Amino acid sequence: MKSLTAFKVILIKDMKNYYLKPPNISWGIIFPFAWMLMMFLRSNNGFNIHEVFPGIIAMTILFGTTSMLAVTITFERKSRSFERLLIAPISLELLILAKISGAIMFGMLNSIIPILISNLYFKAVIVNWIMLTISIIFISIVSTLLGLTIAVSAKQVFEAQTYSNFFRFPMIFLCGLFIPILSLPVILRPLSYILPITYGVDLLRYSISGNNFMPAVLSFALMIIFSGLLFYYSIYNIRKKWIT
Amino acid sequence: MDVMVEAVNLKKTYNGFTAVEDVSLQVKRGEIYGFLGPNGAGKTTTINMLIGMSRITQGKVFYDGKDHTKNIKAAQSLIGVVADESNLYDEMSGWENLCFCGGLYGLSGSIRKSRATELMELFGLSEVSSKKFKAYSRGMKRKLTIAAAIIHKPQILFLDEPTTGIDVVSVLQIRELIKRLNKEGSTIFLTTHYIEDAEKLCNRVAFINNGKLIREDTVSGLVESISEASIIDIVIEKKSFDLKFLLNRIKEEFLVEDCVINDDRIRIITGEKFDISPLVAFLSSHDIFIFEAKLIKPTLEDAFVKVTGMDIANLKKEKEKR
Repeated sequence: MKSLTAFKVILIKDMKNYYLKPPNISWGIIFPFAWMLMMFLRSNNGFNIHEVFPGIIAMTILFGTTSMLAVTITFERKSRSFERLLIAPISLELLILAKISGAIMFGMLNSIIPILISNLYFKAVIVNWIMLTISIIFISIVSTLLGLTIAVSAKQVFEAQTYSNFFRFPMIFLCGLFIPILSLPVILRPLSYILPITYGVDLLRYSISGNNFMPAVLSFALMIIFSGLLFYYSIYNIRKKWIT
Repeated sequence: MDVMVEAVNLKKTYNGFTAVEDVSLQVKRGEIYGFLGPNGAGKTTTINMLIGMSRITQGKVFYDGKDHTKNIKAAQSLIGVVADESNLYDEMSGWENLCFCGGLYGLSGSIRKSRATELMELFGLSEVSSKKFKAYSRGMKRKLTIAAAIIHKPQILFLDEPTTGIDVVSVLQIRELIKRLNKEGSTIFLTTHYIEDAEKLCNRVAFINNGKLIREDTVSGLVESISEASIIDIVIEKKSFDLKFLLNRIKEEFLVEDCVINDDRIRIITGEKFDISPLVAFLSSHDIFIFEAKLIKPTLEDAFVKVTGMDIANLKKEKEKR
């Protein structure tokens, strides 16, 4: 019960202090909107919404969660307020779960904008809403955990931002967001398969158009495995680096 | 008095460097235990090992008689910690910060709200309770950080340099608060470089230097240990002179046990009765004008200087630079 209270206050504090601040909300609206507009203009008003829709959702979540979590944790580390959390009588696992929960929710909320635009303006038809919701949850979890991995490696806020971009931009091209994996040079394909977002994008394709290239169960299983690995790798690193 | 915290042969090494070696101490329930030492002496490292912010290389830690070496986490609900920097959340108000900290220790909503209000009042911060933490003065920030550490009524409070870098009025207020908390039953582990803090607040004091605990006793015990010594305090004209040369000459020519020179003060510790006239003549011959020279009672500062060989003025300057 006490741990649950601690979990709740950390989550509420993060939501209020970081994720629900007006600049972040507006960023969450502008980012997917700008990408959709860019795709729309680039395609001379004739793009296939079902092709770009999964990519935009995945990118919105990926960029939102990784930047926010990496920056907020690094910021709290620098101001030493994170120490306050480390000496609280809650397990490190629960503390990290509380910290990432805010970012996961932020990622999920951000995905609402592209869904609304695609659905209401472009009249996109979604094949499986339940699968879409589950896919968004999984992509948010995996992206947040990538942000956590970055946060644990960075000492300064600017380092966190640099590391985030170092991971995110190659990911755009490698995980099938806009270029299908099978169209990539053979030498690059193994890289695509070690990126968790690849499987998230494939699940999104499955739920939006049914046009996936891997079995959905396999993608889910791999995303769970990636999440577990990233979570425990971060916990291991926090114990090693921050509890010196 | 039973023992609240006990450290047995604590050791901490970082990449081959030994930061703390063989530190053993006992903090008794209800006392204020002072930990005094220069920068890099191992004070914060020792605290970090005791509170679970640093892994213990060797040794044991007991809380309330229970061995918590392998699981300090389990003792963290008994502990309140005030770090050497005020580390609350800038964007939250003072009151919100306290409520948040209460929540971290599992206090329910109504309890943490009433406790936060009570503490804001106790610490004289009621009027600024809705102001953001970043708008607080340094003294207020320090007070709120202490309040945040005691919101869950810990059995032991670790205070790391609580009065560093704040104005005199806040220093006095914080000293009073520490005394009050102790009177109300809190056990306090205090690290400081202000001898005055230790002298005025602590029941027992330990001197730490180069990672080793050198001496531990009550304040009076520590002072008594050098009571046979003569301490001569000489007030001189404030001007620049070759400090090292003067120090060495005094030590060599007058065979004193210790000699410390600050801006306008020379303090000499000797083991026996000391004739001051040759020293006055020596100083005059070096164009140093003497305003006053007197035999004084040893203080905790003298005990510290004698035991550690540290210069208090340099110790303060070193800290203030941080």
